Amino acid sequence: MTRKSLALHLILLAAGIAAPFLFPAHTIQFAVFWIFVLFSQTWDTMGGQMGYNSLGNVTFFGFGMYICAIVQIALVYNVGDYTAADGAIKVDFTDQQYYTGLALGVFLAAIGPVILAAILSWILLGLRGPYFAIGTLGVAIAAAELTSAWGWVGGGSGIAMPVFPGGPGMRERFFYGACMLAAVLCYLFLRWLYSTRFTLAINAIRDDEDKAEALGLHTTRYKTVAWCVSAFFLGIAGALFGNMTGFIEPLETAYPTLTFGIFMVAMTLLGGKGTLWGPIIGATLFYTVRELTWTYLLGWQYIALGVLIIVNVVYFQQGILGWLRARKPEWFGVRVETQPSKAVGKP
Amino acid sequence: MRVGAIASMWDNIQILVTAPVFNIQLWLNGLSIGAVFALAAYGLALVWGVTSVKNLAQGDFVMLGGYLGYELSRHGVHPIVAIVPVGALMFGYGWLIYKLIIRRVIQLDLFTSLLATFGLAITMQQVMNLVFGPDVRTLKSGFGRFDMFGGMVDITQIRVIAFGMCAVLAVAMVLFLRKSRMGQAIRATAQDPRAARVLGVNTDLVYALTFSINSAICGVAGVIIAMIWVIQPFYGIAYSVRAFVIVTAAGLGNFPAVIVTALGLGVIEQYAGFVLGAQFQQATVVSLLLIILIWRQLLLRRHRLALQ
Amino acid sequence: MKVQISNTVRLTGAAAVAAALAFSGQAAAADTITLGSAISITGKYSQEGKNASDGYNFGVKRINEMGGVKINGKTYKLAIKYYDDESTPARTAQLLERIINQDGIKYILGPYGSGPTKAAAPVTEKYKIPMVEAEGASRSLFTQGYRYMFAALSTSDQYLSPVIELAAELAKKSGKNPSDMKIGMAFENDPFSLDVRQGVVDEAKKYGMKIVVDDKMPRDLSDISATLTKIKALRPDILAFSGHTKGATTATRQMKELGVNASIVAMTHCESAKLTSQFSAASEGILCPTQWAETLKYKDGVFGTAMDYNKAFLAAHKEYKIVPYQVAQASAVIEIWADALRRAQSLDTEKLRDALAATDMDTFYGHIKFSAAGNNIAKPMVLRQIQDGKYVVVAPTKYASEPVVYPRKAPM
Repeated sequence: MTRKSLALHLILLAAGIAAPFLFPAHTIQFAVFWIFVLFSQTWDTMGGQMGYNSLGNVTFFGFGMYICAIVQIALVYNVGDYTAADGAIKVDFTDQQYYTGLALGVFLAAIGPVILAAILSWILLGLRGPYFAIGTLGVAIAAAELTSAWGWVGGGSGIAMPVFPGGPGMRERFFYGACMLAAVLCYLFLRWLYSTRFTLAINAIRDDEDKAEALGLHTTRYKTVAWCVSAFFLGIAGALFGNMTGFIEPLETAYPTLTFGIFMVAMTLLGGKGTLWGPIIGATLFYTVRELTWTYLLGWQYIALGVLIIVNVVYFQQGILGWLRARKPEWFGVRVETQPSKAVGKP
Repeated sequence: MRVGAIASMWDNIQILVTAPVFNIQLWLNGLSIGAVFALAAYGLALVWGVTSVKNLAQGDFVMLGGYLGYELSRHGVHPIVAIVPVGALMFGYGWLIYKLIIRRVIQLDLFTSLLATFGLAITMQQVMNLVFGPDVRTLKSGFGRFDMFGGMVDITQIRVIAFGMCAVLAVAMVLFLRKSRMGQAIRATAQDPRAARVLGVNTDLVYALTFSINSAICGVAGVIIAMIWVIQPFYGIAYSVRAFVIVTAAGLGNFPAVIVTALGLGVIEQYAGFVLGAQFQQATVVSLLLIILIWRQLLLRRHRLALQ
Repeated sequence: MKVQISNTVRLTGAAAVAAALAFSGQAAAADTITLGSAISITGKYSQEGKNASDGYNFGVKRINEMGGVKINGKTYKLAIKYYDDESTPARTAQLLERIINQDGIKYILGPYGSGPTKAAAPVTEKYKIPMVEAEGASRSLFTQGYRYMFAALSTSDQYLSPVIELAAELAKKSGKNPSDMKIGMAFENDPFSLDVRQGVVDEAKKYGMKIVVDDKMPRDLSDISATLTKIKALRPDILAFSGHTKGATTATRQMKELGVNASIVAMTHCESAKLTSQFSAASEGILCPTQWAETLKYKDGVFGTAMDYNKAFLAAHKEYKIVPYQVAQASAVIEIWADALRRAQSLDTEKLRDALAATDMDTFYGHIKFSAAGNNIAKPMVLRQIQDGKYVVVAPTKYASEPVVYPRKAPM
């Protein structure tokens, strides 16, 4: 990468690190922001780069959340007893137990969804276009319902998460750091991924899957890997989010299909799908607007959001980056000829 | 707990076996609600087939119809009579939405249109919440109840009437599409918009009409729902999901299949609720969808392999 | 290429931060005490959230009309800052972090519902900010040793267990064996309703009653006809439902539609579901547990008697026909805060916490006295029955105004 862009990356990184110290009261808000950045980046891998629009990525988010919660509790208690007591058992972890549990939990929360993604790919990736979207939405809804019917993980009553040891200030910064780290790692990984042939392959799938298959591309393999990549980071996001929230339950917190699930899509479209920075810009703008409207337009926030989505989709489909690309192609490395080119070869 | 769950499932099945009359109750419940699903699904299929727009706000159109019916009934109009003005109002509303939003997303990629209607859905939900309030509402139809088999099986008269109305509306729609000029134009556009345009069909008008007809159908369904069930600003999603499941399972052009699938879905849901427990009803619907999608996929794959 | 994109991101980020900074400065007036609340303005509990916020607002209005709160010679008016938690526990927790950290609010009013309250309590506990709540009744809230949470209401296990007790009593009186009674029930799949269910299960076990139908309501709480069909088949003597407002509406309506009845029918949230005005005949005879009834003989210096409160609230809110207890207990929360502020004569959170813990006061809502765990142990739940379109207290006997009508006749 050029010196200029490296410098800017470092500045952004520094800003990210400094943020919780400059604005300590907003730390958790910023942490959730990083989660949103992760959402849009992972969605774009499937939707923007590969053309497989998933409405059910929250399945991995929630799955990771629950795996992490169960691992954290299972280290010290019998999970069934803990959930059956419905919060009557007060979790009393030592610091060491908490951190080990969290680390192991996040690790397994990354692996578990990958396995789930592999299984789901086998089932769902044969579907195309809107059917895939609806199928994934169905899976997410089913996941929520089945989890809420399963007593061992607390069913509808959910699971009370272990409390972070350490004072209030430290907790926010810890999770902020973790979320930021996850989002940044995701960015770096995707950045690398998008420069490999892998991305050429999935772009080919997006452009015309049948032709790609005819040319000998093992489309199934690529599709599965792409989804597993998304699942990996979403699982981590879920684990972190669950711990930040303190109390998880299946219907609204772990598998929020109609909120987070759709936000993922909206943010990416807003910023411009199929690009590296589009999802990030989209997430930033979306999150800012959302936080402002939720505070200052109480009662109207979903209207504002709905209108934003409609306007974005109807008038602005390329997203911000796409719009910029059209207006200022030079910024994107496309040279615009102002002179008519000399005709090459006479008709 | 697992053993207990299976035991109670078995118990529930036992009830149905030893007292078959309750099967009738489940069928009646399922068919009457399935009829309303059929309306919503049919409208969705119509719009999807003709304009390629997948209307995620379908259920919210239904709710809006219900609320309009509720408002009219508060001014003394009987709900059944209110169906006509509500249908007309919703037609106009559909026209407006088409002009403002749908027209611009028709030519776009399919997923984008899904998202546009999603934006519409959440806007509508919130506006209804602000205007009509968050209370759950239901309309009194003033009709009684049929008690059969010594009170073992009951169905409210309004449900029977609702079933009849859905049937009438469905037949009217089929006749319209098959016999009228505009119906032909709609079908032509669905088959091939460019060819239709070349042949002089005003496709924009066709799209507008289709969307508005769908809106009117949803409005009528909404009034019926308000009478036989409940309405609430955020309840629309349940209908949207079911409409999508039905259309996906039945296929777009196949009207009888849509009806049968919808009725079947209503009945299956009742059985799932009875045997497994009501909390599994939605999960059953969704699982069915997945199974059908996958089965279709396997069929397609076998077809493709056969071609090779 | 990267240069310009980064600029855009930076600009957006900077704008966002600037906006947040500009708006987050809380210019609290010098003589206002601002209470904070994340509550269900939208989402599945929006109706109940409105009940609670109406109650909070009514309480604040009355206290301010009566001169506010005097601390160290200075008079303070009360004010509330609301946020919408969308009936989602995750959102409640986030918003409370914001209320406490960004808005700097030090006095919290509880959210609606046990789920959101369960998410809120760890946050207030962590920051040592006192919260008084009256809309989260789950027992599990009071087993965690929270020192900064105080609940004015009775816990959820006490909602429907009195029904079982009453049923056993009535059975014995009519010469039947309580353990012969069968129970059919349906509950929403959320912390509160499941807690209520546990209360019923525990009580049923005491009498040896058999539970023949034990279903959960579907997620959107709109259709329990399959469950009711089962109930018709198995004919239990006691029916119990809990699914918040929507559950009550659906249960009442569908019982009528399917011709389902039993000698005892009980459900929670009858008042907020407006059963008497929405269903008249179909709601007759239903037993409704309530945290508060306007006919009870409580009184205090702020609202007068329970009946006075009832009249005043109905006059101010024409859209209500009866006052659900969710409204009353929310107003009680404001009274508790005002009382604690007065006794502590300080705005310091630690002193307030101690003052709250020492609360021992009469209110129009009932007597308030907190146990060490934070729940109110001085106010009983009462059971009311809908008789001739009105809610009448029938149990416990010392509060009863009418005898219970048993068995329930099927409404026509």
